[in-house]
Amino acid sequence: MTISTSLGHLFPLTGAALVGLGLFGFISLRHPLRQLLAVNVIGAGIFLILGGLGRGEGVTDPYPQALVITGIVVSVALTAVGAAMITRLAEERRAAGTASDQPKDQGP
Amino acid sequence: MTSAFELILCLMILGTACVALFMRDFLAAVAFFVVFGNLMGLAWLTLGAVNVALAEIAIGAGVTGVLLVLSRSRLLALGEEISCGPAKPWLRLGAAAACSVFTAVLAAAVLSIAPDDGLAPVIDGLMPLIGVENPVTGVLLAFRAYDTLLESFVLLGALVAIWSLAAPAAWPRAPAALRMTDPAALNVAGSFGRLLLPVALVMAAYLVWVGSDDPGGAFQGGTVLAGGFLFAAMGGAIGLPRSDNSALRWSLVAGPLVFLAIGLAGAALGRFLAYPEGTAKALIVTIEYSLALSIGVTLALLVAGPPATTETGL
Amino acid sequence: MSPLDLLVAAPLAFMVASLVVGRGGRWLILAASPAMLALSAWLVALPPDAAHLVGDWELPLGILLRADGVARLLVPATSLCFVAVGLYAWHEFSPKSGRETARAHTFWPLLYLMWGGSNAGYLTTDLFNLYVTIEMVSLAAVAMAAMGSLAAGLQYFLIALVGSLAYLLGVALLAAHYDTVDATLLAIHARPDLPTLLAITVMTAGLLVKTALFPLHGWLPPAHAAAPAPASALLSAVVVKLGFVIILRLWFEAFAEVVRPAAMHLLGGMGALAILYGSIQAIRQERLKSLVAYSTVAQLGYLFLAFPLISNAPNPAEPWAAVLVHAVAHMLAKAAMFLAAGLMLKAVAGERISDLAGLARAMPLSVTAFALAAISLTGLPPSGGFTAKFLLLHAAIEQGSVVYAAVLVIGGLLGAVYLFRPLSVACSGSAAPVVKAEAPLRVAAPLALAALAVALGFAGMMLIELSSLSAPPAAAGPLPAEPGR
Repeated sequence: MTISTSLGHLFPLTGAALVGLGLFGFISLRHPLRQLLAVNVIGAGIFLILGGLGRGEGVTDPYPQALVITGIVVSVALTAVGAAMITRLAEERRAAGTASDQPKDQGP
Repeated sequence: MTSAFELILCLMILGTACVALFMRDFLAAVAFFVVFGNLMGLAWLTLGAVNVALAEIAIGAGVTGVLLVLSRSRLLALGEEISCGPAKPWLRLGAAAACSVFTAVLAAAVLSIAPDDGLAPVIDGLMPLIGVENPVTGVLLAFRAYDTLLESFVLLGALVAIWSLAAPAAWPRAPAALRMTDPAALNVAGSFGRLLLPVALVMAAYLVWVGSDDPGGAFQGGTVLAGGFLFAAMGGAIGLPRSDNSALRWSLVAGPLVFLAIGLAGAALGRFLAYPEGTAKALIVTIEYSLALSIGVTLALLVAGPPATTETGL
Repeated sequence: MSPLDLLVAAPLAFMVASLVVGRGGRWLILAASPAMLALSAWLVALPPDAAHLVGDWELPLGILLRADGVARLLVPATSLCFVAVGLYAWHEFSPKSGRETARAHTFWPLLYLMWGGSNAGYLTTDLFNLYVTIEMVSLAAVAMAAMGSLAAGLQYFLIALVGSLAYLLGVALLAAHYDTVDATLLAIHARPDLPTLLAITVMTAGLLVKTALFPLHGWLPPAHAAAPAPASALLSAVVVKLGFVIILRLWFEAFAEVVRPAAMHLLGGMGALAILYGSIQAIRQERLKSLVAYSTVAQLGYLFLAFPLISNAPNPAEPWAAVLVHAVAHMLAKAAMFLAAGLMLKAVAGERISDLAGLARAMPLSVTAFALAAISLTGLPPSGGFTAKFLLLHAAIEQGSVVYAAVLVIGGLLGAVYLFRPLSVACSGSAAPVVKAEAPLRVAAPLALAALAVALGFAGMMLIELSSLSAPPAAAGPLPAEPGR
């Protein structure tokens, strides 16, 4: 723990800021594809908090590293499902011929 | 010097995230998201977490970026605009205030936790028991193999979930073709894809192999494989398979199945997911190769989307 | 070999098998049902302190699996639901040659994924491992909800995604703070400092969104009402329970020393409002499945209303047992009700309650199943629902909690009002509509589940004994904890 505290917390603090930024994006953006992007920013922030706080003197703790890798894979799987749902919904709307020019109102 | 570099890196990460979130043009937003992912990878390198850096750049930036771009072009083809759609001003204001407070509390909580590599010594002590050198691989495939086993089923389940979205008439056809429509681009991508696929295969095999001792592993190798498949499909070098193709089904389940079988064999001999003495490394490498194959195929198909009735190019 | 591993490994193996077999995948339920019921029985019969580490890797690094009282009650109940739903769905999700659909093929692997995921969630004590199991269950749940309405499915997906991330943020803070995410170790080490409190807050909030506790319930009624009947049954009976169980683990085990009584009352208050709001909304619904879905919103309220009653109780074992019996009874009764509703609505080719007129004569068995489920949900004796609500009411009166006692009584009356309406319509009318006869298996599934929910009342003592196997949690209350684990 000889790293000066100001520097040691730099990455986890960046992660916290990313979580807040992504959350704001998720709430204020209306299109679901943009919300999906915002969710990925939140995820990246959480991983940076987890990994950044595992920073030791020489190495970073492999335990949070492994959790982060698992988290990244889960998050890409969910992003793919979300993207597929958004496109299929647009296809259905187009097929139904209604409101195809209006993005769906996605309240948080 | 280092601290200045880290500070600039963090500022750039935040800046690119802002642009990616709020840029009006979605294509540019995704481009910034990919840059953001690569900067995140750089941050992980700075933290000495090469395994995570590889995963972040390949999966977090690469695969997610391709997914978003592909979804955008499919939505545009359907005539849907990906608006930046500003919410009502009072909602934005309220959200901004709430998120700022939340961020401040989170930052305070983060500041009160001292960074340390608490479990690294424990893991170092256990590593000789499994005969691999990369501690992250040790955690993923031995000490917390259960997480990884379940995660491989999440990936498989995500593909099944995407398949379940297929229109009634589309099952069990192939996903909408990824082939480029512009002939010149197709030509370039075609020769590029043909060249890249074998390279990706070799690189994936290599990444998995070194993964037991050096940074790398099944997820990173599998992603490279998926990238090779996707490039080849965009160039028309390979077609996308129908979802009832039995070779496809077997390659999707190979990794989770081998992992589960080895876990259950351990249970028969004593403990679920325990490796008998001396066999750990061989079993871990077996699991990783089968996982890398399945992850590669699964990720490529996750990007391709559900079975479709029409052939639409990019 | 231990059921702790096999209860997770077997459904996953069936998921792989159903993907490989393809068209014949639905037949696997005939093998999975007896296997999973036998494994659940084995779990219940394990010695009281049964637990082991996966791969024999020690804590804090490894992952602990154990058979506590919660698991011994909820795993068998979950299995019963999956078996009944699987047998019911056997006709509905069958690939007919010539017009195969994606959902007939994908329903089965998704069912097994959800089954494995929820069992894994009940058996593990590792909070990160729980994150992965939540995602297994959510993924399958979202896909099943989207089978009914893509729009409702997408809304559910986005909300579930943010809920998972909130949970993950808490896990990240805990992992960094304590270098472990095992609930049994956190129970020893947790301190009431800022990172811990923030972690509990965001984890609970994320899980409450997924459990759809009022006022975070908005996504539930559209998603649960629109899905095909077997999917609705799983969503309402099984999926929402996992989030609840994790909250139970966090509040009464991992952070029992950290959580304050005020927080308990906040959850209890939200639960009370959920009961009132969900019941009133259920009364106002015109469509049968929306009514059943809003009933889920109300019934989930009871699970959280119990929180302050457990933490304040001189003998927490009683309300603790009540909440678990309620979870089990609701699981069985709600799955039965959605399946029966599916049969009734299919027969009349409508979705409104008014369409049901005279149905009691045309399909007496399905209406009986609905009625039996309603008996348990309203808490009439001798059902499992009665045992649970009686114990909760007893605890509330004993503690002098007038408000909670009043809500329990009013909630029971409102429940009787909204569930009596479809039944009275079904029994009304002079002419019985002509309906096509259903396969016996499809009628038997809801009937068996509903009968079990009612019969649960006779097994009260056994259930209470089983539930006491997990540590009776009283540490957060003003009175000392019960000794004995």
